[in-house]
Amino acid sequence: MSIDKDTAARVAKLARIRVEEDALPALAEEFNAILGFIEELNEVDVDGVEPMTSVTPMRLKRRVDEITDGDQQDKVLKNAPDAREGFFAVPKVVE
Amino acid sequence: MSDLNKLTLADARDKMRAGEVTSVELTEACLSEIEGASALGAFVHNTPEIALEQAKAADVRIQAGNAPDMCGIPLGIKDLFCTKGVASQAASAILEGFKPEYESTVTQNLWDAGSVMLGKLNMDEFAMGSSNETSTYGNAVNPWRRTGDDTALTPGGSSGGSASAVAADLCLAATGTDTGGSIRQPAAFTGITGIKPTYGRVSRWGVVAFASSLDQAGPMTKTVRDSAIMLETMCSHDAKDSTSVDFAVPNFEAALTGDIRGKKIGIPKEYHMDGMPAEIEKLWADGTAMLKDAGAEIVDISLPHTKYALPAYYVIAPAEASSNLARYDGVRYGHRASLGKGDGITEMYEKTRAEGFGPEVQRRVMIGTYVLSAGFYDAYYNRARRVRTLIKKDFEDVFAAGVDAILTPATPSSAFGLGEMKDADPVKMYLNDVFTVTVNLAGLPGITVPTGLDAQGLPLGLQLIGRPWEEGDLLNSAYVLEQAAGFASKPAKWW
Repeated sequence: MSIDKDTAARVAKLARIRVEEDALPALAEEFNAILGFIEELNEVDVDGVEPMTSVTPMRLKRRVDEITDGDQQDKVLKNAPDAREGFFAVPKVVE
Repeated sequence: MSDLNKLTLADARDKMRAGEVTSVELTEACLSEIEGASALGAFVHNTPEIALEQAKAADVRIQAGNAPDMCGIPLGIKDLFCTKGVASQAASAILEGFKPEYESTVTQNLWDAGSVMLGKLNMDEFAMGSSNETSTYGNAVNPWRRTGDDTALTPGGSSGGSASAVAADLCLAATGTDTGGSIRQPAAFTGITGIKPTYGRVSRWGVVAFASSLDQAGPMTKTVRDSAIMLETMCSHDAKDSTSVDFAVPNFEAALTGDIRGKKIGIPKEYHMDGMPAEIEKLWADGTAMLKDAGAEIVDISLPHTKYALPAYYVIAPAEASSNLARYDGVRYGHRASLGKGDGITEMYEKTRAEGFGPEVQRRVMIGTYVLSAGFYDAYYNRARRVRTLIKKDFEDVFAAGVDAILTPATPSSAFGLGEMKDADPVKMYLNDVFTVTVNLAGLPGITVPTGLDAQGLPLGLQLIGRPWEEGDLLNSAYVLEQAAGFASKPAKWW
């Protein structure tokens, strides 16, 4: 399986990372080197083997569904690059 | 008393209790060393005011009696840990200026015990790297140099700043985190001890996430005893991390009996890699002989899926990273790119992430995106998770056969020069973790201990891998190895 320039562009788009057109061939080449290494996994017989979901055999704890936190608007917004009137501000999303 | 910064954590604890030294004196000694050590690039955000305030409080507490073991101990904290009101940016430009409004559980446990924060430590960006060369702060440098050669060497990664700081006696101990070897490889490269506990032993809450099913924090210290003391304080059950276990935390220091008679130590044949330097083979054989002399039974074992650990890791870790790092979008914290006329929200995301993430992080996020994308999810991600099941089963089988711990080399080489791997393909850098990554995939505890120097005068370490939840037993085996090896070398001060 080889990644071409167009696939690299599609992956960059999915990852929401801008990659300039002229950087795409080198990126595709790097992907191919890494994926070539990953292809070794095809040698392993995984028939009937369950994919691991939790490395420690444990049940997730449950707790009562109640409000334990909140009312920290100032703290939540403190590190925002652009916060206005108690909200995160972003470029226009809806026309 | 001079050279207080060179004390081990255990000695400092004892001396403070005996009234021979105060936490303020210890802290001042470390702060002055840090000031003179900028060439190491280890500390990236210094917090002397916080440190002195904590040290004063610790002295009062120690005088009152019954203070915890970690009280008054000056520590360095890896930049991956969120520390309230103090820059915490995972060595990434995308978190430039971020000062958390909360404290990670691990650091809170340390402060509750009276420890002192000297500052934040350099690391690879988002803990992705094996040489500390992907950091937005620039390289951390190894205090060790080759004999008769002043080439700057890597302290390893990703906890490179932690390793450099402890090896150079800038702090008594440091926190590290380990996703594929990021505590153990730098510890080995700098002649110190580092332990990654069993997955779930230490809370991940407030630690910037890389690959959540693999990440664990642990101590990086000058001795095995110091690791035992500090690990105990770092561990806790935490309702804020659903994968943290609700088990009692044992007294790990009390487990250091020095007696391993009758313990079964496994030597896995698959860890004899092609092209492994003769020095590493010899180090391993010497370590095996030391444990045998101490009364352990040495058994040859097989972990047949070892070869597939790195490729499985390089599917699973990037996949989880691509999901975890989706939160860096320029909206809630950190960097936001300046936008051109007509740019919308998608352009904001794309430009912000292109500017904020370094090349290695971008590469891994995109690989992760690819292996999780429609049509490839089964072929890559699910297959890697199946292989992970098999890797864990390899260990379960040898433990079921009575093996108590497994001895392996820590790294395939000693520290290499900064910049030496610059033109190598990324996979070559990934091979640094070949002996450590299996432990993360299987969720096991692993510790590296320095046991010798190579022909160039650089430290080399061995790794012991233990049964899940048996860190005490593992630390005891490491303690025996440490005592037998008698590694006492320190880097000559050039910085």
